[in-house]
Amino acid sequence: MSDVPITPGLLDADFPAPSESRWLEWVATVDHKRIGILYLVTTLFFFCLGGIEALLIRVQLAWPGNSFLSPEMYNQIFTMHGTTMVFLVVVPLLLGLANYLTPLMIGASDMALPRLNAFSFWVFLFGGVLLYFSFVSGHAPSAGWFSYAPLSEKGFSTRYGLDYWALALLGIGVGTIATAINLIVTIVNLRTEGLTIRRLPLFVWMVFVNSFLIIFALPALNASLVMLLIDRQLNAHFFTQLGGGSPILWQHYFWSFGHPEVYIMVLPAFGIISEVIPVFSRKPIFGYGFVAASTVAIALLSIGVWAHHMFAVGLGHAWDYAFGASSLLIAVPTGVKVFNWIATMWGGSIRFTTSMLFAIAFLFTFTIGGLSGVTFATVPIDWQVTDSYYVVAHMHYVLFGGTLFGVMAGIYYWFPKMSGRLLSERWGAVHFWLMFIGFHLTFFIQHFLGLDGMPRRVYTYPDHPGWAMMNLTSTIGAFVIGISVLVLLTNIVVSLRGGEPAGDNPWNAWTLEWATTSPPPEHNFDAVPPVHGPRPLWDLAHPQGERA
Amino acid sequence: MKRFDTAKLAMSVFIASEAVFFAFLIAAYVYYYGAVVQGPRASNSLDPPRTLIFTVCLLSSSATLWRAERHLAAAHNRAFRLWLGATILLGALFIFGQALEYTGLIAKSITPARNLFGATFFTLTGFHGLHVLCGLISLSVVLVLAFMRSFGPREISGLGAVSMYWHFVDAVWIVIFSLVYVTVWI
Repeated sequence: MSDVPITPGLLDADFPAPSESRWLEWVATVDHKRIGILYLVTTLFFFCLGGIEALLIRVQLAWPGNSFLSPEMYNQIFTMHGTTMVFLVVVPLLLGLANYLTPLMIGASDMALPRLNAFSFWVFLFGGVLLYFSFVSGHAPSAGWFSYAPLSEKGFSTRYGLDYWALALLGIGVGTIATAINLIVTIVNLRTEGLTIRRLPLFVWMVFVNSFLIIFALPALNASLVMLLIDRQLNAHFFTQLGGGSPILWQHYFWSFGHPEVYIMVLPAFGIISEVIPVFSRKPIFGYGFVAASTVAIALLSIGVWAHHMFAVGLGHAWDYAFGASSLLIAVPTGVKVFNWIATMWGGSIRFTTSMLFAIAFLFTFTIGGLSGVTFATVPIDWQVTDSYYVVAHMHYVLFGGTLFGVMAGIYYWFPKMSGRLLSERWGAVHFWLMFIGFHLTFFIQHFLGLDGMPRRVYTYPDHPGWAMMNLTSTIGAFVIGISVLVLLTNIVVSLRGGEPAGDNPWNAWTLEWATTSPPPEHNFDAVPPVHGPRPLWDLAHPQGERA
Repeated sequence: MKRFDTAKLAMSVFIASEAVFFAFLIAAYVYYYGAVVQGPRASNSLDPPRTLIFTVCLLSSSATLWRAERHLAAAHNRAFRLWLGATILLGALFIFGQALEYTGLIAKSITPARNLFGATFFTLTGFHGLHVLCGLISLSVVLVLAFMRSFGPREISGLGAVSMYWHFVDAVWIVIFSLVYVTVWI
């Protein structure tokens, strides 16, 4: 077990006295693999923080009339939970994977702009620290993750929490845009000979489209944030009615970022699924072109649907119907993808590894979340359930049951490449089932809570028939998820120390990252295999050109 | 295998994101344009003829930078530094003009807090000015490197990227000038 090399420094935390230079190596690194690992470790840390916040929320809501958290503290905790999970976990987690994998999958030795890459990470981390520093300043932001005006304005949020929120998100936004630029340039410029755009691994395809979405969406957030800051710091009135400003403008601006953001948070996960399912079904992806092109369709549509977050505002029927229709349209390319994945599995010899289990769970859960999403595009239903637990359930089905399950599939799939060791399948199965059951226990019942009228973001609730039981069930589920995360952490630690050596290509996969050692050397490849199709390693093993 | 110039490609993508950023600030200016019916607004507070002079400075700086690039490509080091210096001077003049305008407005207590004209005007022109400043810093770095003899024709793509940014900032100003100042005359 000890003759397998581990990425240098990965186990530093366990050494009694790590030498200074080892730490410096990580701080000063411009290697995309190390930066990718830095992203993953950092987001895992923030994931635990955001998870603890979620558990605090669930404890407070476990029974009616609970006073575990004060209303003030409750508002801060749910705001921090949402902001953390969106900006410090999901997006950077996917960027971290993209960072690690993109150069490897296209046969490059690094990103196109390695120093910019390091800058992106550190400015993101700075943003994260700034956000949490708000607690030290005495008051964390408490206006929800989308900070609607005028609640987020000085008149209602008098303390510094919102300023930290805006500054932190600006930092994170700048880092995210820089990474997107880097990914686009890398994918355009550094693909190896023969790796045409129609042979690109689907994960890279999705990362590519996703980067464009970031380029067009994140600046909208930045513009909104600077206007909010000018309101708060220089007493302007962009979003306060008082001086003729418009709180609705904040909603338009925020959601013209916020809805593309939803797809920024899920497209790379689609990419992961599109890599994992074919490999564990032992079949090439069904309808490669459709999977790739539907991504572009989703990205384009996602720019024109933002006002479906604002049906309750009263924009007028014409607006509502237009945005309702455009939102329904998104279900089409997304449905195309789901059928492609199912068709890929159809008739394949499926290997139920933990990675594949998560991929299948993704299909199942994400489809439920997608369907409840379609109900929201139907304006009258939206009016009925807006701002209720039905929204909370929907959003967690797509973001947790969708993206995060996808990421878990990716972690089990690529961990061997990153560390040189396989994650334990036994621990993995425990992790999967606990997380899957815990997830549905927590969130499925929230659909009914919402339909029954329980509003989101309330710190407590009256003892209506069934509400106590449903909330307690949800809380128990949340703790099951918590335990599953501990199992994941245990699995990572145990497998890093004594996991089964992975070898170059433990899954018999076909894309280029498996053509080098695990972990790859600093320059990635000694020699990049020739590329004549979308599955270079298959072609290499079957020079006669057999398919399947 | 390289397909495009890395620096220029990265800069084009960056410029696309900057364009979106400015589009939102411009939209806010337009959105609130009609909301201000009394107190200071563009028509009674700004001095378009004076700003036109500084606008000419900024726009001609695009031309001088283009000349500088041509000289760098031809390895005329002295002429390159001269035209680059002229570019920086013209850009600095523009910033000086903006400072003049700002102090004048603030002296009349026209600030972001005064009304929506103040808020949208200072936000839009302020962020543009900030971008000019960033451009000036980048150009100055190039100039210093040129004087240290470590910026030659081989680094042309670096200058190419900076000059793309500079032209973009100029183009944004054309939009802002037309929208904020020219409309006063109409």
